[in-house]
Amino acid sequence: MITGFVLRALEGKIVIAIGILLGIAVLVPALNLLVPADSAFHIPTYVMALMGKYLCYALLALALDLVWGYCGILSLGHGAFFALGGYAMGMYLMRQIGSRGTYGNPLLPDFMVFLNWQELPWFWYGFDMFPFAMLMVLFVPGLLAFVFGWFAFRSRVNGVYLSIITQAMTYALMLAFFRNDMGFGGNNGLTDYKDILGVSVQAGGTRAMLFSMSAVMLALCLLIASGIVQSKFGKVLVGVRDAESRVRFLGFRVENIKLFTFVVSAMMAGIAGALFVPQVGIINPGEFAPANSIEVVVWTAVGGRGTLIGPIIGAILVNAGKSYFTGAFPEFWLYALGGLFIAVTLFLPKGIVGTIQHGWGAREATKIAAEKEKGRDADILPQAAE
Amino acid sequence: MTLISETRSKSLLYLDNVSVSFDGFKALNSLSFVVEPGELRAIIGPNGAGKTTMMDIITGKTRPDTGTVLFEDSVDLTKRDEADIAQLGIGRKFQKPTVFESHTVWDNLELALNRPRGVFSTLFYKLSDDDRARIGEILETIRMSHRKDELAANLSHGQKQWLEIGMLLAQEPKLLLVDEPVAGMTDAETAETAILLREIAKTRSVVVVEHDMGFIRDLGVKVTCLAEGSVLAEGSIDFVSNDPKVIENYLGR
Repeated sequence: MITGFVLRALEGKIVIAIGILLGIAVLVPALNLLVPADSAFHIPTYVMALMGKYLCYALLALALDLVWGYCGILSLGHGAFFALGGYAMGMYLMRQIGSRGTYGNPLLPDFMVFLNWQELPWFWYGFDMFPFAMLMVLFVPGLLAFVFGWFAFRSRVNGVYLSIITQAMTYALMLAFFRNDMGFGGNNGLTDYKDILGVSVQAGGTRAMLFSMSAVMLALCLLIASGIVQSKFGKVLVGVRDAESRVRFLGFRVENIKLFTFVVSAMMAGIAGALFVPQVGIINPGEFAPANSIEVVVWTAVGGRGTLIGPIIGAILVNAGKSYFTGAFPEFWLYALGGLFIAVTLFLPKGIVGTIQHGWGAREATKIAAEKEKGRDADILPQAAE
Repeated sequence: MTLISETRSKSLLYLDNVSVSFDGFKALNSLSFVVEPGELRAIIGPNGAGKTTMMDIITGKTRPDTGTVLFEDSVDLTKRDEADIAQLGIGRKFQKPTVFESHTVWDNLELALNRPRGVFSTLFYKLSDDDRARIGEILETIRMSHRKDELAANLSHGQKQWLEIGMLLAQEPKLLLVDEPVAGMTDAETAETAILLREIAKTRSVVVVEHDMGFIRDLGVKVTCLAEGSVLAEGSIDFVSNDPKVIENYLGR
């Protein structure tokens, strides 16, 4: 059963992409740690950190593609799931600081001492344990997606209305997390991390490990997403996107199909957030900003929605562009992003990967047509000979 | 009273005194209508007569304000939703052909096949030899074996209509509701469709809504004429088309 699922998932392009991801998971840290700094092949730590960040964004875009590209749910609030995963990881990292904080309180993180809190809030319990925190990375975004989706999909909220309420959801969470009495560090968020699993988060080896984990998790989620998309369930998903009522009248429970996909996608976004936080060293309520979620949509659209690989490429390209632009011409970045989105919508509606695939398909079709012209269609279309 | 309960217990689909109104407009006005097992029935009527609304009510898309809707004399359809009703064995073809355009003809049929439809059963579904044979059979019936790998988007209008009928067959329904199957078809396609529907009706009940009187004559079945949300006349096509009320309300216009 599971093997069938995995075998179906391993279609040509996916195998290559997973191969590349696993390759860089080994190669980049090796070039960073083992190659001397003066060598041309050396990858500086800041570049590796940047690439690790892009991989987390790529995973977030992949998660969005599953719901948007395949199921037609345009979520403008995926940044919320990413941020929640990030906060779960951030809470673990805060608990690891222990008495090394500015105030030296062995139990309470600095911001709580600063707010004169006497004891740890109940929802901070357990986060000192890594396995529990990792469970929460999946569980919290998954639960939010489940509750949200349960109501939205059952009452058949669709299209632009659904997009708007997802946007409202992330905005509401942002406002909530900005409040000091929520217990998540308010405006400043969670930062000043020291250790992860007993080793310093700043150490070269830890950074390399985090980079590798990002690449491996992206590869794993790509495998899962591909398995979902290639299965009969995946075909039903595309059916929901293209002709929802037909799916319903065929006897499928559309709300369950959407709910499952939405929850899986939210969990992937949570993983992305959890890997992101130790690499950038901070999580704050700004991650919930509606604009962040919209940017994810842009990456996905640029790469090509409904292609799985496209969003990964889109996220990396756009963010690399962003790093360059914000360094070289800081005031132009937003214009460039807006211009890019308009250009893609107008000239590449299928995105980069979608356009390449489409072009390839058209070329194949032309070839077959040319063969037919020459009267050699007998072996291509056997029934035409009758 | 005995007569009524007898009709009811023998019926596949039983509508009694069904009314529904939208913003004060009575789309159905105490409509009563019975379909027996294995029956092929045609429904005619002017625009706004309530034909599509009736289908909406049977398939659970719309809830009636009052009235009884029973399937196989036991299941109250007014309490079920679309997915439930489809699983009970009622298939529906829409007025506008609705197929999955970005899937191949084969995949369209595979999705429609009457198999477990839960999330996990579809996630781990494997095409069995039986299912393969069944899809092949349906492709034969709808005469599309040679186009099985074609994307549904590339089919002609008439072929999409047939593919949708094929999908309904794959669903193995006991009752098939077909809304204007020959709209936009050529004469040859229309004649073929009549043959196809008669063949399908051998093993299940079919209700066809159609405007094309020639097509209904081709089908040669019992006809129900609806107007203003209730039944105007019922009987053979000649009987119905000679009914003065039908002429006044529908044919004469």
